[in-house]
Amino acid sequence: MSSNSGAHSPVKTTGLHIGEAVPGVAKVDPIIIADNVTRTFGGLKAVDVEHVEIPRGAITALIGPNGAGKTTLFNLLTGFDKPDTGTWTFDGTRLNGVPAFKVARMGQVRTFQLTKALGLLTVLENMKLGAQKQTGENMFASLIKPLWRKQEGEIEERAMEILARFKLDTKKDDFAASLSGGQRKLLEMARALMSSPKLVMLDEPMAGVNPALTQSLLDHILNLKKEGMSVLFVEHDMHMVRHIADWVIVMAEGRIVAEGDPESVMQDAAVIDAYLGSHQDVDLGVVTGRVSGENTAGVEDLLADIEAEVGLTDSSAYIADTNTDTQEEDTK
Amino acid sequence: MDWEAILSNTASWLISPETIAYALAALGLAVHFGYGGLLNFGMAGFMALGAYGYAISILTFGLPWWAGIIVGMLASVVFAFILGIPTLRLRADYLAIVTIAAAEIVRLLFTTQVFDEVTNSADGLGNYHEGFRAANPFPEGTYGFGPWEYNANGWWVRIFGIGLLIVAALLVWLLMRSPWGRVLKGIREDEDAVRALGKNVFAYKMQALIVGGVFGALGGVVFALPSAVVPSVYVTSLTFFIWTILLLGGAATVFGPLLGAVIFWVIMGFLSNVLPAMASSGLLPFMSTTQAATLRFILVGLALMLIVIFRPQGILGNKKELTFVKQ
Ligand SMILES: Nc1ncnc2c1ncn2[C@@H]1O[C@H](COP(=O)(O)OP(=O)(O)OP(=O)(O)O)[C@@H](O)[C@H]1O
Ligand SMILES: [Mg+2]
Repeated sequence: MSSNSGAHSPVKTTGLHIGEAVPGVAKVDPIIIADNVTRTFGGLKAVDVEHVEIPRGAITALIGPNGAGKTTLFNLLTGFDKPDTGTWTFDGTRLNGVPAFKVARMGQVRTFQLTKALGLLTVLENMKLGAQKQTGENMFASLIKPLWRKQEGEIEERAMEILARFKLDTKKDDFAASLSGGQRKLLEMARALMSSPKLVMLDEPMAGVNPALTQSLLDHILNLKKEGMSVLFVEHDMHMVRHIADWVIVMAEGRIVAEGDPESVMQDAAVIDAYLGSHQDVDLGVVTGRVSGENTAGVEDLLADIEAEVGLTDSSAYIADTNTDTQEEDTK
Repeated sequence: MDWEAILSNTASWLISPETIAYALAALGLAVHFGYGGLLNFGMAGFMALGAYGYAISILTFGLPWWAGIIVGMLASVVFAFILGIPTLRLRADYLAIVTIAAAEIVRLLFTTQVFDEVTNSADGLGNYHEGFRAANPFPEGTYGFGPWEYNANGWWVRIFGIGLLIVAALLVWLLMRSPWGRVLKGIREDEDAVRALGKNVFAYKMQALIVGGVFGALGGVVFALPSAVVPSVYVTSLTFFIWTILLLGGAATVFGPLLGAVIFWVIMGFLSNVLPAMASSGLLPFMSTTQAATLRFILVGLALMLIVIFRPQGILGNKKELTFVKQ
């Protein structure tokens, strides 16, 4: 399928921003522009984004420690949750108060961190459900099959095409509930593509997917860009972010603390504090144990350093604090 | 014990108006719960509206019988909107609570003295049969064979009811094989996922609530056709009988509710004959014949529990299709 397999370096899209790459930097061609978006849960400010723009036609990674507010921001942007304040536009249309299903119809589709395969529908039915503007989805038209038979055939053809790309075509008649966790992730992504979206938002698409499958997932995401879609994805594994992202946005405690291309973001002091401690050479995948670590000594160091660093730098003390909590949880 | 009479009485339940009425209501519940995942515990309310809508239209407003049926259906549509608009945006369990309460409110409104002139309160309504019987195409007289021997009116009610049931089952089959049904089943599985695919989940749930509710109302009409409308019929236990039938036959199937209704009423008919007979011939000590007759309701409750535990998908359900344990 893809000759541009992830083993070789994919072509990065550059020249996305205008001016210096600071948090909230303007983009040449933004697909989403959000202003003053906040969301509090009780006393906790889960999202507090002053300004952010997501570039069009590029792969943007949203990273940050656990609880940074990434999923909450996804929910707000897609209409699954309502913000306390803020405005945002998608493709030039204001989305405040627009219900989730209308957001999806505009071409902004998402997947969920906790996979939502429709278990008691077959894989093929899952796929067909993703197609838009189906005549047969009207209750009255649905009673008369000739009205929708032809469209149904076209949808099925397209579904099989995408399923084949995701190597799920042999499973088409199985209940989605019988798929493995990784296969469900693939199905959810494949299903989202049925609507020919403009922007695909993936919440941790690689979590729980085995390394062999990860490679093909990465290829799929790169392919989306080739087909002209924009991608925004949340990911904890720095390997992958560095590998496929054209742009990286870093969140911590609800705020955007850094932005830039992957290489420079990894060197950004704020990110290093927020996310990697002082060991940017240590991959977070190793820290969380996802990538088997040749770097075990480095990881030990990192954990120790983070512990020691709490409260040292005043501007980022709270960030380091969060990070420490997370790490402690991981070691428990 | 007179086994011949017992078996003959039992067999007559096969095509009794009650069986047909319960099958219609169970089919409505299949649309709600089996396909749409809507926990409607107010089917008795929909049935009451169908029955009263029919009877009141004829008695108070002098409408023809067929217009009475349409009024009953419209009443259930209004009821579906009243229930659905505030609750369908909330979690599934809210609908369950609201429907069970709303159905009770409906029954109490029909029971109360306040509207006595129209509803005849607790005594209920009768003598609205003229129009329906005048439309009877069957010749006078009693005919049939074996346990199924009825007069012209008896046949007319049964054939009309079975006709409605066939149309309803056909509609459900057409709906559920279509993309509309696919969206509805998707909503049953995970409504947020369906929302993320650009479907107006609320509209689909509302449509399902209306379709199933109208079938419930038609069940109420068929129940009222041969006899009378009495408010004490439309109690919560009626709703649970419908649930038993649905789960017995298979919730996400077209023929499950029909099979479930037949099995339910045949067994109920059998027990209501055999238990008192056993009691009077001394086989059930410590029990009077009336006590023995009520024993069947206990057995129904037991059966419901056993089905849910050992065969949650029902008799006709695909083993994998509907389990209560979601992974
Ligand atoms: N529905 C909710 N009610 C209360 N608090 C919530 C809710 N949703 C999220 N939060 C809180 O908001 C904060 C941000 O959560 P969010 O899920 O957005 O984090 P995240 O960045 O996606 O983290 P992760 O990487 O672990 O997925 C967390 O502190 C979380 O506890
Ligand atoms: Mg998250």
